Amino acid sequence: MLAFIVRRLFVSIWVFLAASVVIFFLAVNVRDPLSEARQLPGPAQESAMAEITERMHLDEPTIVRYFLWLADVLTGDLGVNRQGQDVNAMLEGAFTATLQLVTGATVLAIVVGITIGVVSALRQYTALDQTVTFVAFICFSLPVFWIGTLLKQFLALDFNDWLADPTISPVFIGGIALLTGMACASIILGDRRTRLISFAASAAAMATLLAVLSATEWFTDPGLGPFVVALSAAAGAIGFTTLVRGLEWQRPLQAALMTAGVGVVAMFALDPVLDDPDVLTIGGLAVLTAAVSAGIGWYWGGDLYRQAAIPSAVLTGLFTGAVIFTDRMLMNFDNYSASVGGRPISTVGAETPNYEGTFWESGLDSFGHLALPTLALVLLSLASYTRYTRASMLEVMNQDYVRTARAKGLSERAVVTRHVLRNGLIPITTLVAYDIGAILGGAVVTEQVFGWSAMGSLLFTGIEQGDPMPIMAFFLVTGGAVVVFNMLADIAYAFVDPRIRLS
Amino acid sequence: MTQNPPASAPEKGPAKDPAKDPATAGARPPGAADAAQGMAVVARSQGQLVRRRFLRHRGALAGMLLLFFVVALAVTSIGAGPLPGWWDKDPTTTGNVVGNGDPTLSVLPDLLGGGGVHLGEHPFGQDNIGRDYFALTMRGTQVSLLIAIIVGLVATLVGTVIGAAAGYFRGWIEAVLMRVTDVVIAIPTLLIAGLIGVIIADKGVVLFALFLGLVAWTQIARLVRGEVLSLREKEFVEAARSVGTSSRRIIFKHILPNTVGIIIVAATLTIASAVLLESALSFVGLGVQPPDTSLGRLITEYRSALTVRPWLFYWPGLFIVAIALSVNFIGDGLRDAFDPRQTRVRD
Repeated sequence: MLAFIVRRLFVSIWVFLAASVVIFFLAVNVRDPLSEARQLPGPAQESAMAEITERMHLDEPTIVRYFLWLADVLTGDLGVNRQGQDVNAMLEGAFTATLQLVTGATVLAIVVGITIGVVSALRQYTALDQTVTFVAFICFSLPVFWIGTLLKQFLALDFNDWLADPTISPVFIGGIALLTGMACASIILGDRRTRLISFAASAAAMATLLAVLSATEWFTDPGLGPFVVALSAAAGAIGFTTLVRGLEWQRPLQAALMTAGVGVVAMFALDPVLDDPDVLTIGGLAVLTAAVSAGIGWYWGGDLYRQAAIPSAVLTGLFTGAVIFTDRMLMNFDNYSASVGGRPISTVGAETPNYEGTFWESGLDSFGHLALPTLALVLLSLASYTRYTRASMLEVMNQDYVRTARAKGLSERAVVTRHVLRNGLIPITTLVAYDIGAILGGAVVTEQVFGWSAMGSLLFTGIEQGDPMPIMAFFLVTGGAVVVFNMLADIAYAFVDPRIRLS
Repeated sequence: MTQNPPASAPEKGPAKDPAKDPATAGARPPGAADAAQGMAVVARSQGQLVRRRFLRHRGALAGMLLLFFVVALAVTSIGAGPLPGWWDKDPTTTGNVVGNGDPTLSVLPDLLGGGGVHLGEHPFGQDNIGRDYFALTMRGTQVSLLIAIIVGLVATLVGTVIGAAAGYFRGWIEAVLMRVTDVVIAIPTLLIAGLIGVIIADKGVVLFALFLGLVAWTQIARLVRGEVLSLREKEFVEAARSVGTSSRRIIFKHILPNTVGIIIVAATLTIASAVLLESALSFVGLGVQPPDTSLGRLITEYRSALTVRPWLFYWPGLFIVAIALSVNFIGDGLRDAFDPRQTRVRD
C-alpha cells in the first residue's frame, strides 16, 4: 500500500508539472500584454513598454520565463501581475471567496443528492422515482448562467418584494400542500388507503402551517421558539435512532432523547453566550456538544447498546445544536432585514460593503449573498449525485448477499442501511472526490453571474490582459485541487479494492 | 416486509402491452397463443435487441423527437450554407422595431381566450436594432449544434483511439497515453478551453470546435481503455491472435465492435456537455466571437434586456435546454439499450 501511495504521488507531481508547462505556454500567447502600452503617446509609450517588459520578462524566451516562474513558485512566490500587484495577495482573496462559495454548495449537494438518490432507488419505478429522474435530467441540461440570471430575477427580486407584505396566496398554499402530500404518499409504502391517509394528513399539515405562518406575518419576524426547537430535537432523536438502530431497543432511543433534552436545557443556560458569539465559540460548542452526546450514549448505552447509542446520541446532539443555531439566526432576521432596506437576498457580490453587525447579523448577510449562487451550484451538481447514487444502489440491491440478508429475516432498515447503503456508497466516495477537485475550477461561471470577485475574475482579467501570472495562480489552485483529489480518490479506491494496488 | 421489484421486472405502462407495441407487433411469430402466455422465444440479433430496448425507452423516444424537431427547425428555417430556407427574414438585417419588438408568436387558440394560433411577423420578437429574433436564434442554434457535433466526433475519435491503444498494447504505450490523459484531466476544462478560444478567436467556429474536441476526450479514453482491458483477455481475442491476426485488425474488427455501446453513450453525453460548455465559454466572452453568433452569445448579449425585453433572454436559453435535455435522454436510452443486463426474458 505504501509503495502504491508513493508511486501515485510521484506520478501526480509529474502530471501536474507537465500540465503547468502546457498552460504556461498557452497563457503567454493568449494576448499581447503590451497592447495598451502601445496606445500611449510619445515617450510615455517607450517607458511603459520597457517597464512591462522588464516586469514580465518579455525579453526572455518562454521556456526561460517558465523556469523563472517555477523557481519562484517553489519558494512560495507567485510573482506580480502586469500592473505590478502581488499575485499572492490577489489569489488569497479570490481563493477565500471561492472556497466560501463552493463549500456550502458542495456539502449541500452531496447530502441532498445522495438522500434523494437513495430514496428514489428504494422506490424504483414509482411516480416519485420518475419525477426525480426527470428533474435530474433537466438539471443536467441547464446552462448555469441562464438559470443564475433567472434566479436573480425571479427568486431574489420577487422574494424581496414579497417580504414587504409576506402573505401567501391561497392558490400557492394549495399547490405546495398538494405537492407535499404527493411526495409523502409516494414515499410511504402500503395499500391505497395508507397512501391516501398519508397524502391527506401531510397536505393538511402543510396547508395549516403555511396558513398560520401567513396569517401571523411570521416571515417579517421569524423564529422557531423553544417549543418548536424541543419538538424538532425530539423528532430528530427518534429519526436518527431509527436510522442507526431501529426502535426495537429502548436504550439507544433513550440516550438520544436525553441528548435532545440536554440540548434544549443548554439553549436556555447558554442564552447570554449566544447573544453575540464568535466563530470560535460556536466551533467550541459544536465540539462540546459532540463530546457530551457521546458521553451520554456511552454511559446510557451500557456494554450492550453502546455501539448504537453513541452515534444516535451524537447525531441527535449535533442536530439539536443546528436547530438552535437556526433559531438564533431567524431571531435576528428582522434586525438584519431592516438594516439592508428590507432586501435580505442579495444578487451581487459576497457581502454588503462595510456591513457591521453581530455574529448573527453578519451570518445572515453572508447567507443572503450565498443563497442564490449556492442554489445555482447545487441544482447543477445535485443531478449527478442523485443519478449515480440511484444507479449504484440499484446495482447493490440486486446482489445475492442482499437477498440473503432479507432471507435470514433482517428488517428492511437493517438491510438497507447495513448491507445496501454501505456497499452502494463506495463508488460515490470516488465520485465525490473527483467532483470536489473539479468544482473549484467549475464555479467560475457562477461567480461571474453573481458578480463575485473570486477565482473567476482572477482568470478572466488575466486572460483579458495577456497576463500569465494570475492565470498560472488560477491553475495552481484549481488544477492542483483536481490532481490532489484524483490522487486521493485513487488511493481511497485502492484501499477499498486490493485489485487496483497490484496492477 | 417491504420489497422492491427487481430491475428485470417488466415496466408498467403502455409499452408492456405487446399488441400496442410496434416493435413487437411485426416480429411476432404465428403462435400468438403461446406468445400471449409469454412462452414463445424469438431469436433476435444483438442489433434488434438494442433497437427494441431503445424504442421502448419513452424518454429516449421523446428526446429523439424533440431533437429532430430542433434540428429540422434550425436547418430548414433560415437555410444552411447555399440552401435557402422557408423563413423570409435574415439574422443580420436590421429594421424598424415594431411595437417594442414583442414576440408575435401565439399558440393559444381563440376559444381559450388567446390570440389564435399563428406565427406572425416576428414570432420570437425583435432585438433593439430590429433584427428578427427567430432568425437570430435559429442561426445561434445552427452554430451551437455544429460545435457540439464536431466536439462529439473529435472527442470520440481521439478518445477511442487513445483508449483502445492504451488498453490493448499495455506496457510503455499505455503508460505514456494514460499519463497524457492525466495531464489533460488535470487542467480545468474552462481554463484550457478559454485560453484556446481566445488564441484562435478570429479563426472561426469550426476550428474552435475542433480544439474543444481535443480537450474533451479524456472521459471516453478512460472508459474505452477499461473496456478494452477486459476484452483483450477474452478467448475470442486469444483465438484471433493465435491464427496470426494483426494487432490493428484485432483492435478494429474484434475489440472495438464490442465496445461500441459505451462509446456511443459516451459520445452522446459529450455532445450534451459540449452544448453547455460552448454556451458557458461564450457567456464569459471566451467562446464564439462576433460576427459569428451562438446560443450562449445571444444570452450574453441580451442579458441586461431581461427586464425590458425578456424574450431576448428566454428563447436561446430554452433552445440550449431543449438540445441538452433531448441529447441526455437519448444517451440514457442508449445506455439502457446497450446494457445486456436489461434483457427481459419474456416477450
